[in-house]
Amino acid sequence: MKSRRIFTRPARIAAIAPYLWMVLFFLVPFGFVLKISLSETVIAQPPYLPTLDLFGGWDALRAGLAKFSTDNFYLLATDDIYIFSYLRSLTVALVSTAILLVIGYPVAYAMARLPQRWQGIAMMLVVVPFWTSFLIRIYAWINILQHDGLLNSLLLALHVIERPVPWLSTDSAMYLGIVYSYFPFMILPLFATLSKMDSSLLEAAADLGCSRLKAFWLITVPLSLPGVAAGALLCFIPIAGEFVIPDLLAGSDRMMIGQTLWLEFFTNRDWPVASTIAVVLLVLLLAPLLVYEHIQRKQLEQG
Amino acid sequence: MVAVARLDNAPSDAKSMAFWLGTRLHNEPSGGVRDQMQGGFSAQPGHAERSQSAPLMRIESVGKRFGGFVAVDGVSLEIGVGEFFALLGPSGCGKTTLLRMLAGFETPDEGGIWLDGKNIADVPPHLRPVNMMFQNYALFPHLSVEGNIAFGLKQAGMPKDEIAARVAEMVALVRLQGLERRKPDQLSGGQRQRVALARALARRPRLLLLDEPLAALDKKLRAETQAELVEVQRRLGMSFIIVTHDQEEAMTLADRIGVMNKGQLVQVAAPRALYEQPDTRWIAGFVGDINLFEGQVMSQGDGFVSVATQAAGLLRVAGGVEAGKSVCIAVRPEKLSLSHGLSSHDNNAQPGEVLDADYLGGLTRYRVKLAGGDVVQVVRANAAGNDIPFAAGQQVMVSFAPEDAVVLTQ
Repeated sequence: MKSRRIFTRPARIAAIAPYLWMVLFFLVPFGFVLKISLSETVIAQPPYLPTLDLFGGWDALRAGLAKFSTDNFYLLATDDIYIFSYLRSLTVALVSTAILLVIGYPVAYAMARLPQRWQGIAMMLVVVPFWTSFLIRIYAWINILQHDGLLNSLLLALHVIERPVPWLSTDSAMYLGIVYSYFPFMILPLFATLSKMDSSLLEAAADLGCSRLKAFWLITVPLSLPGVAAGALLCFIPIAGEFVIPDLLAGSDRMMIGQTLWLEFFTNRDWPVASTIAVVLLVLLLAPLLVYEHIQRKQLEQG
Repeated sequence: MVAVARLDNAPSDAKSMAFWLGTRLHNEPSGGVRDQMQGGFSAQPGHAERSQSAPLMRIESVGKRFGGFVAVDGVSLEIGVGEFFALLGPSGCGKTTLLRMLAGFETPDEGGIWLDGKNIADVPPHLRPVNMMFQNYALFPHLSVEGNIAFGLKQAGMPKDEIAARVAEMVALVRLQGLERRKPDQLSGGQRQRVALARALARRPRLLLLDEPLAALDKKLRAETQAELVEVQRRLGMSFIIVTHDQEEAMTLADRIGVMNKGQLVQVAAPRALYEQPDTRWIAGFVGDINLFEGQVMSQGDGFVSVATQAAGLLRVAGGVEAGKSVCIAVRPEKLSLSHGLSSHDNNAQPGEVLDADYLGGLTRYRVKLAGGDVVQVVRANAAGNDIPFAAGQQVMVSFAPEDAVVLTQ
């Protein structure tokens, strides 16, 4: 029996800690949100019903539970506003991630091939802008892109354009802001996989008759796929829930789901619908995470 | 996008294939390309026949510097068809750099490398009919055993069914049947080593380069693999150049050994000649153990010289060096005999005292302090019915026959 007890007591506590963290700071709040999503809106404090009486005994609890309804989920599935918001969010996340990958891969590749002492400096250059507050940087973009902003002034001075171009409040401005903000999240995992790649593999490929370009496709790209997956997920998931960048840089005609949620919560004071939006978004974003998990587990099994 | 990349590279691959086929045609022993491409490995002519033909590779005054460091310094060498050649030297002697120049990963700063009469010094690695087996094997981790072996064949544009046949043949050659679909990280070190060998051999290169191929294996597996390497090389009749720092490995494997030191090729000889007739004191000490006696030639004649040494008095040794020159007498530990009294052929006999005796299983190694003060090493086989072993503290006579020593002038 004794030999089966692998973990000492401190080790067991350490192993429990992350689960405790997850329960306290994710599962319990998520339980609240889920509960509110099953409630209905009222003008009251708090602005939803039922409020569960956890200390009123079994009957009181059952009476409360009986009032739960899935009406809000039905609403989300049938109302265009929500469906289009979700679609817009997923589209924006997908397009942004694709752009980030196309720009990020060559940059990460170039960084990984720098001499060792330059790699740290290149890494600094990627990360340094993030020492400034995110909001300030987005406002800086507003400054650059607005009607009489830096970009228009420059282009007018160079006679490239004759009158100011409306850059701000467009999808392009939003994509620019997203790509700019999430760049390091794409670069860092890509750089990590590319820089630890064994250069003798490329020599072996060359030795076996492979030109450099072909070796890149046949060796470098497949071996960097875990980094691609990690970078894509690190970008895709938060971008899908992004609120600030589309709110500040994009036009107001189409909303991402984060904006819709904000609207429901603060403008309409409809907590149950806002909570329902959050629950559905979480479920939607769980799908790519599970796929990634699956891939990683398969790699671990092989390794 | 992969398809685009392939199209881009079609011409260079075609060139590579043509070069490969061209050189195959040039020195084809029998049957021609068709046989070679379709059938199994055809019988190769004997060694004698091969060694008479023109050399497969000629390396002429090749030099390579890295900044101020001279890695390879004016190396000239010829490698015969079907020869197993070993580059032996301590780490940092330039042997790996030389090998990498033969593979095309480094370009020589000076000199030329001819393969079948073509100067390939500036030909990039993917267009050379030469393959290399890497020290860390450099197997592609995302490809199976089959995928790794087929990699070079796909690059050469070989038809699918022929690739399958060749891969099966290679798998059988290195005895990896049943493991075709495994990934490299699901294999043992020895199995990985064989995949690397099969992958490098699959294209049937004119010349296979092996960079410390057995360094990662344990001693027993290494001995087995050495025997397999020699067998594969004989069977395929390819030329092999192996880089190693292990002199025993070089001697086991190679027809000839080139010893490198500080970027220079200091001696090229068959294993036996290298051991028995080293050119310099450094080589004598690097290849095996040796006892050195510094001295001056007193006289010479009849193929013998008499050398006055500080350590062992006047020694008579086979050789021809003019009187007055400073020389060094080199005697291998196993060429020294120990006896209790005066030995029957008391040539070069010196009294001494046994300092210690190390029993090594098959051998016993003695350290004997000579009357002059120098300590020599003596190795005796622990043969059946062996005479009384010598113990520490015993007075003995150390002697060697004049033919068993070498006179070194460098």
